[in-house]
Amino acid sequence: MILPAKSPMRAKRHLPSWALTLLIALAFYVIVFFAERIGWLNPYWYQIIQLAGIMAISALGLNLIYGFNGQFSLGHIGFYAIGAYGSALITKDLAVNWSGTRIGALSWMIAGQVGILVVLFAARLLRLGPIRKRLAAGLAGYLKPYESGLIVLLVTLVLSAVAIAVGVLATWGLHTVLAAVFKLILSLPQGVARGVVFLIALLTGGTMAALVAYLVGLPLLRLSSDYFGIATLGFSVMIYTGLQNSDQVIATMKGARGMVGIPTWTTWTWVFWALLVIVLIMRHLVHSSYGRAIISIREDEIAAKTMGIDAAQSKATAFAVGGFFAGVAGGLYAHLFGFLHPSTFNFIKGFDPLIIIVFGGLGSMTGTVLASVLFALLIEGLRVLLPQGFEDWRFVIYPIILLLIMLLRPQGLLGTTEWGWLRAPLPPERDIPVPDRTTQEQEA
Amino acid sequence: MNNSFVKWLLRIIVWAIYIALGIGIIVGIILLVRLNGPVFFVQAVLDGIRLGFVYALVALGYTMVYGIVRLINFAHGDVFMVGAFTSFFAITQYKWGFVPAILLSMIVCAFLNIVIERVAYKPLREAPRIAALITAVGVSFFLEYFTALKWVFGANFNTYIRPFEVVVWNIGGVLISNITIVIAAVAISLLLGLQYVVYRTKIGKAMRATALDKPTARLMGINVDATISLTFALGATLAGAAGVLYAIAYPQIWTFMGIMPGLKAFVAAVLGGIGNISGAFVGALLMGSIDVLVVSFVPTGSRLRDLIVFLVLIVVFLIKPAGIFGTTEIEKV
Repeated sequence: MILPAKSPMRAKRHLPSWALTLLIALAFYVIVFFAERIGWLNPYWYQIIQLAGIMAISALGLNLIYGFNGQFSLGHIGFYAIGAYGSALITKDLAVNWSGTRIGALSWMIAGQVGILVVLFAARLLRLGPIRKRLAAGLAGYLKPYESGLIVLLVTLVLSAVAIAVGVLATWGLHTVLAAVFKLILSLPQGVARGVVFLIALLTGGTMAALVAYLVGLPLLRLSSDYFGIATLGFSVMIYTGLQNSDQVIATMKGARGMVGIPTWTTWTWVFWALLVIVLIMRHLVHSSYGRAIISIREDEIAAKTMGIDAAQSKATAFAVGGFFAGVAGGLYAHLFGFLHPSTFNFIKGFDPLIIIVFGGLGSMTGTVLASVLFALLIEGLRVLLPQGFEDWRFVIYPIILLLIMLLRPQGLLGTTEWGWLRAPLPPERDIPVPDRTTQEQEA
Repeated sequence: MNNSFVKWLLRIIVWAIYIALGIGIIVGIILLVRLNGPVFFVQAVLDGIRLGFVYALVALGYTMVYGIVRLINFAHGDVFMVGAFTSFFAITQYKWGFVPAILLSMIVCAFLNIVIERVAYKPLREAPRIAALITAVGVSFFLEYFTALKWVFGANFNTYIRPFEVVVWNIGGVLISNITIVIAAVAISLLLGLQYVVYRTKIGKAMRATALDKPTARLMGINVDATISLTFALGATLAGAAGVLYAIAYPQIWTFMGIMPGLKAFVAAVLGGIGNISGAFVGALLMGSIDVLVVSFVPTGSRLRDLIVFLVLIVVFLIKPAGIFGTTEIEKV
């Protein structure tokens, strides 16, 4: 006997949920696109809608880290800043040629990232971890712990120096190759070259943030909940202070005066498609086996470890992917106004994504996107709604609304409810063979 | 290979490392002192400790509140700001003296914090912890921007008029003003008072019991809600006093002045092991000293101070994950 694939519940649905989602999203895209074209949407609100999309991307990253993986991070704005400044350096190079070769920043940045990966790989090839462990175990019989710690530290330093030297060589070599390859971009027609460089810049900004997140996360994620939050808060303050003094390293970043001359290439189309792709990535990640590992750590880390999940790797991965999202969002933000100032990446602004995900509901992608839009509308809407002479009241009313929402719905607007397509998918539709009782009985 | 031979070899290596480190440190100190002179160093440490006392008073409020309700009270730095402004108005408009002004600040802050606790945190005690954290951020925004309105405190910098004449003594080149002495005296007496309240009175016992285990404390007849309110009030009292002292030491006040000292005091509390009173005190002194020493001795230190301060925090975390005096709870299954 065979159970039919089409159960009654499934048969009722006329349109698959992904198609419905895509249809609504595309309709929204088209409406905003044409509303701006024919002038229903003034440039100010057009920017606000784009800003809402950018916030949603960044907040989705934090939701992966905090909502799904349960790691209380207050440093998300730091990754946002890395993505923003990283991609801005690349596109500004193409636009105003600050490095002298127009694609120098791009090739150096990609080569540098690969170089860091090479360092990590070289450290693994040199068996840095096992050597340290065996050395510590071997010395334990001869020396006091702190003395053997000193020797282990010395060996680690020597081996890391070797790994770093390999990485620097790799970076330099790759840079020369990449610079030659990217020269081809310059020969493309200008519009295409822009598009290509912008896309690569966004991705590079994202991977840069992801790499930093991974490197910072691996040691810090051992800390327990609140301590991790404080350490990441410290990280974001460090990034902020670093950005204020960035002109001492790269003059064109201008430090505390604010970086200018970034081409304003972000459009609604870029934001929309970036958001759509990121939601898609997030959905597939969360509902994959990696995603289930990530969620299980939120529920109970010890139980997850007992089930054979590599908690440290899993947390670092979630942190890196979340950082990637923030980096892409930062890149889009940088090219929205064409101006970056460190105060945008202040740790106080860092609470915005946290507020958004708590508003929307921790662990709800739908809620995050919805809350980002509402958040942007609230913050900017107050600017419009408040009468003359009461502009200062904007940030007096905003926290009151914040308080009221938190007091009335502490679990967030949507809790953990998801829009259909974003829910965990049902098992694939297939015929399920059921052992035939009569034949079994006959065999018996 | 002979065992004792290996042992001796390792000994020699360790000693070589020790000697290298020692020479490095000595050379470093000699260079620093040669460049700036020993007087400068002593002066910096002294200034650092002065700032540390102020941080300590704020840090204690953070640590007590965290200890009892596990909440990072981001509004605490703004209570500190309100304390500074209260005394500012008492001194400039009503010509009050130092002692009544600081007492008024402490009382106003205590009431303010009780109100904040009742309105914003108490209803959320059973909700997920993050909800209360978000309201804390909200309260912080509200205090900053509400007091920045024209008819409240205004958004401008105000020059704080010190309630007493500044006297500076020159002891072998090191400058000590009576500000330092007042700060140290007030801070130490408040800290001793807090120690007394927490460890020698019934109220303190109730606070410690509530921090340990709320349901059991309630079963023992402790009024948990009142105890929590009282903890907030006590923390705010110290923050109010700290606000006055900070304004006396750095006489420029505005409504956003609480953010950075608040954050640093909080980091100090965490550095010492959050929830631990003496830890917060040590952490704060350390924090203040690092703060001033970085500014004095690192080139372009005044611009990089926050970076270095937080780097120290993260390094301490990596070595001691729960702060210097904190104990890591081992989770039992």
